Amino acid sequence: MSATTEHAHDHDHDHGPARGLMRWITTTNHKDIGTMYLVFALTMLFVGGLMALIVRAELFQPGIQFVNPAFFNQMTTTHALVMLFGMIMPAFAGFANWMIPMMIGAPDMALPRLNNWSFWLLPFAATMLLSTLFMPGGGPAAGWTMYPPLSLQGGDSFPFTIFAVHLLGISSIMASINIIVTILNMRAPGMTLLKMPLFVWTWLITAYLLIGVMPVLAGGVTMLLTDQFFGTSFFQAAGGGDPVLFQHIFWFFGHPEVYIIILPAFGIVSHIIPTFSRKPLFGHESMVFATASIGFLSFIVWAHHMFTVGMPLAGTLFFMMSTMLIAVPTGVKIFNWTATMWRGSISFETPMLFAVGFLFMFSIGGFSGLMMALAPVDFQYHDTYFIVAHFHYVMVPGALFAALGGAYYWLPKWTGHMYDEKLGKVHFWLSTIFVNLLFFPQHFLGLAGMPRRIPDYATQFADWNMWSSVGAFGFGFSQLLFVYIVIKCVRGGEKASAKVWDRPFGLEWTVPSPAPYHTFEKAPEIK
Amino acid sequence: MSLLRSLSGRILATVVSLLGMSAAHADWQLNLPPGVTEISRRIYDLHMLVLWVCVVIGVLVFGVMIYAMVAFRKKDGVKPATWDHSTTAEIIWTVIPVMVLVALAIPAARTLVFIEDTRGAQMNIKITGYQWKWNYEYLDEGVSFFSSLARTSNVARQKDSGIDPASVENYLLEVDRPLVLPAGVKIRYLLTSNDVNHAWWVLDFGIKRDAIPGYINEGWFQVDEPGVYRGQCAELCGKDHGFMPIVVEVLPKAEFDAWLAAQQADAAPAVAATASAAVNGPQ
Repeated sequence: MSATTEHAHDHDHDHGPARGLMRWITTTNHKDIGTMYLVFALTMLFVGGLMALIVRAELFQPGIQFVNPAFFNQMTTTHALVMLFGMIMPAFAGFANWMIPMMIGAPDMALPRLNNWSFWLLPFAATMLLSTLFMPGGGPAAGWTMYPPLSLQGGDSFPFTIFAVHLLGISSIMASINIIVTILNMRAPGMTLLKMPLFVWTWLITAYLLIGVMPVLAGGVTMLLTDQFFGTSFFQAAGGGDPVLFQHIFWFFGHPEVYIIILPAFGIVSHIIPTFSRKPLFGHESMVFATASIGFLSFIVWAHHMFTVGMPLAGTLFFMMSTMLIAVPTGVKIFNWTATMWRGSISFETPMLFAVGFLFMFSIGGFSGLMMALAPVDFQYHDTYFIVAHFHYVMVPGALFAALGGAYYWLPKWTGHMYDEKLGKVHFWLSTIFVNLLFFPQHFLGLAGMPRRIPDYATQFADWNMWSSVGAFGFGFSQLLFVYIVIKCVRGGEKASAKVWDRPFGLEWTVPSPAPYHTFEKAPEIK
Repeated sequence: MSLLRSLSGRILATVVSLLGMSAAHADWQLNLPPGVTEISRRIYDLHMLVLWVCVVIGVLVFGVMIYAMVAFRKKDGVKPATWDHSTTAEIIWTVIPVMVLVALAIPAARTLVFIEDTRGAQMNIKITGYQWKWNYEYLDEGVSFFSSLARTSNVARQKDSGIDPASVENYLLEVDRPLVLPAGVKIRYLLTSNDVNHAWWVLDFGIKRDAIPGYINEGWFQVDEPGVYRGQCAELCGKDHGFMPIVVEVLPKAEFDAWLAAQQADAAPAVAATASAAVNGPQ
């Protein structure tokens, strides 16, 4: 390691990347891999988004107009799988690859070749998943939760979907191992754990969550596979199995997965708000403890997704109360962000707009989450559009907005150019207006009694569905503007300084913009 | 290209027709209805309680955020403070939420215990989910039948049926044979499935519970007001998941007894028909 570093210094110029396609296929550079993750995630955003638009087009008015119910179910199912495993997780993995080494003063990830593998599994897994749509019987249609016995009725797509999930899981685990090893071993001298930036902290905890639950998912879906092809009866009542066992296994993975998605978003927002408030993050340590508490609680609350399966009273009470507890550390985070802005000197560049949008709209998702935690009322909310509204508020104006904010925040650092601020603001306002038009009415639909995952509905649900669909198309097309802004920024624009913003905090702002291909070959000293 | 044109033509036609017929199904319902059972009313009260708690917290927190964003602007020349810590503040905003949660957990636990208490039921029905219909069995009365989507809705919901859903009465919420129950009687239901998971949900009763093969779930409800109540399957159960409505007709006790007697009169042929339907049912 040190030999190559010295070698690069001998020539006294940046040891740049190889040219051509092979650079991207064989690269072990954390910045290249981060870029590939981000481009992949953006592509999948549009693939999954297109599926969502097919769903919303069908739901625009009552009656079946465009697709038959079987295809509708394939669209809802693959939309969810693509958005979770193909879009939001890779997007945050992209941020992790780009930023974690730069934030802790490391020259690269600890295991660069593993890093290359973690990424390159993704396009193959995604292709495999999407190819199922062209198979006899179509793609997976049993919902992203794959509950048996329904999922065992799947056609040819069934084993392919499960292998795709396996590959996606392997990719996540390898990336997590890499992130943990990098964070624990490669911090610059003087950077103690509690001095670590919040984004690094949230990813450290996320990586542990991933390693904790991905094997559980892999085990669960493998049991589905053996039930289908090797005559086992894990989940088949007729053979002595238990369909509810799958739900327990799935949600033991699925609930921490929710936090796997949102914790890195918390991390990004914890960088943006202090920068544009020109004031350090309030309660750095309590933020870390809150994140860790959320991580712990996420492991003991899974059955709140299953209040209606008929659990014993004591079980329901336990899962109800432990779920309610999550509101406490989450509240601490929201209050800390608010306190960060308090008596700051705030300006509203695009990243800050997205962070503030996140703060408000994620809170709305949090409130509906608290409502759902109460088991008796969840009997009414469960499997309705109220739930659809809740988790989309957490994932779209929540996780996705944080990712967009992060992209604007670090884009000048990555490209060396400022993005078009005016267009960025337009993008934010269009996204915000349409995302609320899209998801807010779904609360009303759910409360009025519309079940989720139905291709057609009773006529009293028509009006709000129409608005929701209008919002969906508006939101979808607004994201094309983002692609334009990014391409424009990559190709040129006002030169960005090393610090980019007024008063940013962190090591990533000590390197030039664009960040050179190799950074921190000599570890910086932290006082 | 022509696909695109036909698609946009359809959307345009849809918008036009929607503007015209919006009065036919203008139903901008916003909130959970209180329902017609003691269970649903208690759920409604709890729902309103937690909703108001969220609204109050939301107004307070969003108010502080908005105030901060208006009052502390860089363009107004505000100099940022430098503090970044306050143990007192952090303790306050940990302890107060815990107290609010305890205040919510107590009524929630009470309601839950009430919902789970099936003691003293005067009548037992067994509900079995099939792809895609319900079987209702009156356990002590020897009556049993299937209930599936009404023909009118089933014809209209086919792709390119050319039938305007607004012209179909109770579109997708009508069945060929409703579940008939007496008013003012505590009814215990047993719930299971014969193929995949389903969920039996009637919003006005506050009842939603999964029907799972190999399991028998139980619960109860008592409807005091006679009437017709509608619901739907609430668990993804395959391609016709959206077309598995539930209709419960609650009759005054005397009318119900008359209905039951009439059913029992043709019980013998009905049982035979049910048996053969059960064999051919789940396909």
